[in-house]
Amino acid sequence: MTGLAFLIPIAVGMGLMGLAAFLWSLRDGQYEDMDGAASRILIDEEDDL
Amino acid sequence: MNAPAPILADSPALISTRFTVPGMRCAGCIGKIERELPKTPGIIAARANFSAKRVAIQHDPALDEAALTAALLAIGFEAQPVADNPLGVETQERKRLIRALGVAGFGMMNVMLLSVSIWSGADGPTRDLFHWLSALIAMPVIAYSGRPFFASAWMALSHRRTNMDVPISIGVILATALSLYETITGGGHAYFESAVMLLFFLLAGRVLDTVMRDRTRAGIGALLGRMGKTASVIGPDGSTRRVAAGDLEPGMLVLVAAGEALAADGAVEDGASAIDNAMLTGESAPEPVAPGAIVHAGAINLSAPLRVRLTAVADDTAIAEIARLMDEAGQSRSHYVRIADRASRLYAPVVHSLAALAFVGWMIAGAGWHQSLTIAIAVLIITCPCAMGLAVPAAQVVASGALLKRGLLVKDGSALERLAECDIALFDKTGTLTLGTPRADIAALDAEARSVALGLAQASRHPLSQGLAAALLHEGVVPAGIDDLREVGGAGLSGRWNGVEVALERPDDAAQTLATRLRIGETAQTITFADPLRTDAAATLYALQAEGIEASILSGDRAAPVDAVARELGLDAEAEVSPQAKLAALEALKAQGRRPLMVGDGLNDGPALAAAHASIAPGSASDASQQAADAVFIGEKLMPVALAVRVAKATMRIVRQNFGFSIIYNVLAVPLALFGLVTPLIAAIAMSVSSLVVVANSLRLARAAQGTRQ
Repeated sequence: MTGLAFLIPIAVGMGLMGLAAFLWSLRDGQYEDMDGAASRILIDEEDDL
Repeated sequence: MNAPAPILADSPALISTRFTVPGMRCAGCIGKIERELPKTPGIIAARANFSAKRVAIQHDPALDEAALTAALLAIGFEAQPVADNPLGVETQERKRLIRALGVAGFGMMNVMLLSVSIWSGADGPTRDLFHWLSALIAMPVIAYSGRPFFASAWMALSHRRTNMDVPISIGVILATALSLYETITGGGHAYFESAVMLLFFLLAGRVLDTVMRDRTRAGIGALLGRMGKTASVIGPDGSTRRVAAGDLEPGMLVLVAAGEALAADGAVEDGASAIDNAMLTGESAPEPVAPGAIVHAGAINLSAPLRVRLTAVADDTAIAEIARLMDEAGQSRSHYVRIADRASRLYAPVVHSLAALAFVGWMIAGAGWHQSLTIAIAVLIITCPCAMGLAVPAAQVVASGALLKRGLLVKDGSALERLAECDIALFDKTGTLTLGTPRADIAALDAEARSVALGLAQASRHPLSQGLAAALLHEGVVPAGIDDLREVGGAGLSGRWNGVEVALERPDDAAQTLATRLRIGETAQTITFADPLRTDAAATLYALQAEGIEASILSGDRAAPVDAVARELGLDAEAEVSPQAKLAALEALKAQGRRPLMVGDGLNDGPALAAAHASIAPGSASDASQQAADAVFIGEKLMPVALAVRVAKATMRIVRQNFGFSIIYNVLAVPLALFGLVTPLIAAIAMSVSSLVVVANSLRLARAAQGTRQ
């Protein structure tokens, strides 16, 4: 029974962390341009070093 | 390169301007825009949004929109400044729904974790503790994530109507209240996980619905913006300034450059040119104008600058009259009831009376009011309309995604439902059955003439010149270098090639046919133009016929060209129809109980597009027509029109199958609930299995839509 006192807060806390991360990414505009994100990986880096 | 462009926080003087860039098609375009633009002096950073086909530019306030547009054009992209953000409201709504979905997902997973322990046999104080924890998580989650449904249900009830959200809200609220009561009294039947899971599934459906709407609206938004929204007003001192169309006043003198669209009605004071009235009348031949001629907003000035004294602005223009007609015609469409709401009008009373009967029946049978209420609520939970909330949007999103890949943007689910119901089609001619741009017949020209013609034609914005240039470029002709190139409005182009006088000019007898005369020194040749049918027009009409839809032509153009097209396609046709008459024809068909599909592009089709049961416009159509239409197709093929009808019908078949499945599911599950055999575990399993089945069935559409590819 005492295990629950640790495990449940940990489980809920991890869930809350996931939710916070999701809301953060949403606010940050990560889902604004899904097609663009898929294409951007194909852009070559500038090599003007 | 993947990180957002750095924003210089310590330079408050910078301003940000947004442009739509429809030509952005690949990763290379994003890279080119973001890399090349900042090399222009004054531009600090550029950030492309590929989905919305937009570019946000951070720049020095000294650069105006025209300079930025020129900078984009210099690297090969046509761009239009975005004045305001008409799509902002919808983006807000989508974000709110996605937030609610995230919260519901969090709640669902955590409550499920606790519920699984209870189902596995936790009892006594552990069960009570877990019920309390579930309540603590579920109550705020339901209050937050359920808001879209509660608000919509309240809205419907306060207007004495009912929609799909009414049974959903009643089910969720009663289940939560009962579970809370069970928790407080230490009972065994808490349905928190079912309530939260139901909200999660239904929110997923809502999010799919808005994602589909936003995606196509962004696509259409990128096509818009070519009409006259501003005008160059000439001041008393001869200087010009840009004035928004809404701020123009009668009596102002405006300068209309070649290629620019008029923003208001007026009379020509100075200059001779030709104007393209195709958007207003459907006529494809340009109309020559000289001082004194009346010109209307929406017409495009083709060859030479005009000075126009405005006579009517804003709400008084000929266009605004058409816009009013469209507004009124569009009213009937807002009364259309979506299939899910129609189904729930039958469904909700049945389910609610079943629940009430269960309560009364068990009371009479001698069960306590607590047990009777538990059973009644179990009936409500088990019958909650998951299939309607999730299956319909899932099927429609899959269908619209498949259509998007084939060049057709469907605006929303309601449009797909109405498209499937159409039983007769009316086509406009110019720009719809035909391409709307004149194509030159260049077979008679030799290589030298072709080269000279291209050198001349590519210098002009006149539609005949552009049609000729397009045809020649298509043949791989290299333009000849022309010196002394001059364009005289209404007369033509002239110049010198290797010391010889060359010209593209109006032929002497150009009254009826579209033609131009190419003169090289002393020899002259006439080049004729045609506005050809889209290559697959006949095949499309045949495909529509196979779906049981008869087509006919309803055009504002002159009778002779309309009859020629009608004969070629074997259709009935009506020519010289005014916008009002088109609207009347549509209303007459609807009065007969038909469900007309209108396909048209011009402003003159606008009221008819708005009044039709469903409507489709080509991507080259006027802004207003694209906004009035339910769907927009892109490219030179007409086949997306037939494809839209076929896929819409397939979608409705899948939706009906899903409804059939939910009826079977209810027939099996409701007796269990009525006899009090439904536990929270059974409710959770039944709900998720039925949702997964309808979603899986909807996904079959992706294959069905692909299967139509030849």
